[in-house]
Amino acid sequence: MDMTFAPDPLALLVIGALGLIVVGAAGLAFGRHLFRLVLALGLAEAGANLLLVIAGYRWDAVAPILTGSAPAAMVDPVPQALVLTAIVIGVGVQALAVALLVRVKLAYGTLDLAELKALVERDIRAAAGIGEPDSAQAPATLPGPAGLIGERP
Amino acid sequence: MAWLVLLLVVLMLGAAVLVLLLDNLVAAVAAASVVSLLLSVLFALLAAPDVALTEAAVGAGLSGAVLALGLRRLGLAGIKAEDDHA
Repeated sequence: MDMTFAPDPLALLVIGALGLIVVGAAGLAFGRHLFRLVLALGLAEAGANLLLVIAGYRWDAVAPILTGSAPAAMVDPVPQALVLTAIVIGVGVQALAVALLVRVKLAYGTLDLAELKALVERDIRAAAGIGEPDSAQAPATLPGPAGLIGERP
Repeated sequence: MAWLVLLLVVLMLGAAVLVLLLDNLVAAVAAASVVSLLLSVLFALLAAPDVALTEAAVGAGLSGAVLALGLRRLGLAGIKAEDDHA
């Protein structure tokens, strides 16, 4: 079965890495809950790490560990060291984000993005001394069916 | 080798999509840990054993623990977590 059709492993790995980045970016773009955004950021970061390790890979090479035997071709160890650091930094970023979420929950009582946007805009308007904006509500208060189209006088 | 990579990549992308689609946030954190675990197997196949060890210990273990404890602190650790923001 292996001889008839075998997928290219390197192409599969690149597809997996790019897929992780795309899924993470989609979660960041379309997420409606702040905790889901933290998870999506972790996904995108994992995909970037995989892409970096793939960049230093060679099929005819061994792991970059000196064993004392005859020297052989090694995989590039520099991206691996970078990714090692990036993984640890990623966990630090995630822990900081969770701590910030706890503070947001304490301050506003919700983590839903739409509710948070309304609350933050209300606070900004209160701090600046501006009342409720009329332009956003003007089409809804227009009488008659002409108001449904949203025409401005 | 190629079929193993195919299986791992498909499982990893499926778990990644589940992270975004699951309603229960605890299940989403578990799916994120599954992504990290499969990613560590891929790192081991890519001749990066140190990165694989770190990803399995830090990415799947510590990160999942931090996220789960954060969920408990946020009061979102129950079933139907996204509906109870009162």
